[in-house]
Amino acid sequence: MDNPDISRRLFIMKSCAGLGSVWLASYLPEIIAAQEHAHRAAQSESPSRFEFFAPEDAAEVEAMAAQIIPTDDTPGAREARVIYFIDRALATFAAEERAAFVEGLKQLQKKARKHFGKTKRFSDLRAEQQITLLKAIETSQFFELVRTMTILGMFSNPEYGGNYNKIGWKLIGFEDQFFFKAPFGSYDRDYKAKE
Amino acid sequence: MTNERAHFTANAEIDFVIIGAGAAGGVIAKELSTAGFRVVVLEQGPYMKEPDFEHDELKYMRQQAITNDYKRQPNTFRKTEKEKAKEQPAIIYGRMVGGSTVHFTANYWRFHEIDFVERTRLGAIAGTGFANWPITYSELEPYYTKAEWELGVSGLAGASPFDPPRSKPYPVPPLPIKSSGVLAERGASKLGWHAFPAPMAIISEPYRGRNACLHCGFCEYFGCEVAAKSSTLATVIREAEKTGLCEIRPNSYVRKIEVNKAGLVTGVTYFDENRQEHFQSAKAVVICANGAETPRLLLLSKTSLFPHGLANSSGKVGKYLMFNGHAQASALFEHPLNEFKSVPVSRVIHDFYDSDPKRGFYGGGGMDLRFVSYPMGFALRGLPPDAPRWGREYKAMLREHYTRTVHANGHTTSLPVETNSISLDPDVKDAWGLPAVRVTYKDHVEDLKTMQFFQERCKELLQAAGARKQWSRPVREQSFGFHLLGTCRMGEEANRSVVNKYHRAHDVPNLFISDGSSFVT
Repeated sequence: MDNPDISRRLFIMKSCAGLGSVWLASYLPEIIAAQEHAHRAAQSESPSRFEFFAPEDAAEVEAMAAQIIPTDDTPGAREARVIYFIDRALATFAAEERAAFVEGLKQLQKKARKHFGKTKRFSDLRAEQQITLLKAIETSQFFELVRTMTILGMFSNPEYGGNYNKIGWKLIGFEDQFFFKAPFGSYDRDYKAKE
Repeated sequence: MTNERAHFTANAEIDFVIIGAGAAGGVIAKELSTAGFRVVVLEQGPYMKEPDFEHDELKYMRQQAITNDYKRQPNTFRKTEKEKAKEQPAIIYGRMVGGSTVHFTANYWRFHEIDFVERTRLGAIAGTGFANWPITYSELEPYYTKAEWELGVSGLAGASPFDPPRSKPYPVPPLPIKSSGVLAERGASKLGWHAFPAPMAIISEPYRGRNACLHCGFCEYFGCEVAAKSSTLATVIREAEKTGLCEIRPNSYVRKIEVNKAGLVTGVTYFDENRQEHFQSAKAVVICANGAETPRLLLLSKTSLFPHGLANSSGKVGKYLMFNGHAQASALFEHPLNEFKSVPVSRVIHDFYDSDPKRGFYGGGGMDLRFVSYPMGFALRGLPPDAPRWGREYKAMLREHYTRTVHANGHTTSLPVETNSISLDPDVKDAWGLPAVRVTYKDHVEDLKTMQFFQERCKELLQAAGARKQWSRPVREQSFGFHLLGTCRMGEEANRSVVNKYHRAHDVPNLFISDGSSFVT
């Protein structure tokens, strides 16, 4: 299963041949083309620059995201390149949230300076300091917005720029496949139907 | 396959215009066109096909790819008629050719015999329009069978001791059991209940030229990429088009049904996707636009002859809105269930289906175990209410819970209350300048008791199934509807209902209304 796209394609081809389904045969090439297009787009993704954020603001937002889903024994929001998802979202379908981001960051930096010294930016703080600050704002709309965007970036399709290498999906045990075969989980493995 | 598709010119003589290409509109289009009538189906949403569907949670769940779009079609909501309604999403429906059958869970239980005669069996219920249906189960039975065989429904006849009589088994066997189904069986048998293979409108084997389910797990809220889900899009709409007598016209948003001086319908006025207005004439009109859009369109179609809205001499258009109640309890199990795979539901429990006066209130319903959580939605709100919302522990809980969580659900009855309604909002307009859907809805106290009762049963079921940890949220009054029912009820008396048992409007002989809005209870 080195290349999931190819194994997916082979499986569907086989099941199609085996079942002799006229309908699937006629639509299958288009379905596979659409799926593979999405995957190619995802794989060719190599983030180089931001479309909306200035690099220093991106560092601030990424530091927040990395506290929301931290890196520990498994990769977190940082490795999943959530910041690129958020950047692209603000440049496109979430453009109406831009002002909230700009204002929220301003307030966060004000708080960082107030509590931890004049020159400090949020991303410069130590982890405990960052957590303390985020706890202080965790009921704010801005925090909720960053939390939501972090989660979307962690778990949406890789073609949106985050969930790099399907890090988010691997974390929780989700697999995006075109087909599965029973048994699906632990409890149906040894199932025997009652007569 | 598509080259024989009909395309009628503006002056072509059309027998029927159908408004809405969903669960009802698709079936009616096929029945009429195969009977030789010339049919135009106007659908407000796009015409998407299997290659257009994607596994894309962001697009489908958060950006309303295939459902009503609140930015262009706002709703307003209030609990009682005394309040001013506030703008907020209040209803959801599939907005595309195939309608909600494209994205639905595909549960396909039949109604039981009792559902049509509850008023006779149980008596009146104060503050409601509780009534018998003008049709019975035995009259409908041949049509249930026809639908199951023409659409393709998986199931096992005779598996439920509560099943109503059926003249034929299911056309294809049940889908494979999932871990949630095994746990439902385990819990149910401990409690003396009966979990039976879920009747699902998703085919377990190739059927009528369509491929079997591949168990990808993207059923609810998504369109099936291999057409294994028996939506009207994948089934009857194709057959209707093959007749060469049925034109599906997508992106066509109807704003008014037109009538002549004799009080007969002459056709409909609609916007195309470029907002050009058109008139489509027809000998008869069938509205299948769902329990919210159907009454809205009738109310929008008022004239001097029909000053309270078309077909509304009874004043009942838009009234008696029902949502169905919903009860839930959640649990974490020891080992992974991997519920993200395969169809949403594999076992159903009907032990509490009927209302039982011994419980002290009206109400009943079905139960199942299901998960239906895609990764983003789960991370946003899938953990127990007391779980941390960010940080190390949050991340650890996501890891542990995603594959091990399941929800027990009660899908319950709603009482028909006249003041629960769909009406035209006096202030808020949609993107076409038409008054927005205004929802007025407050659950009847018996509905809340039913939900409470079912939540207790859900907890018992999860406990008996061996849950490691359980949680639930308190039952609350609903303010959002998935099932839009009752707003043009059928009945024998023209002053108390909108359509007769054949779904013909009492007031207008060449107008038919067929969708969830005709449901009586």
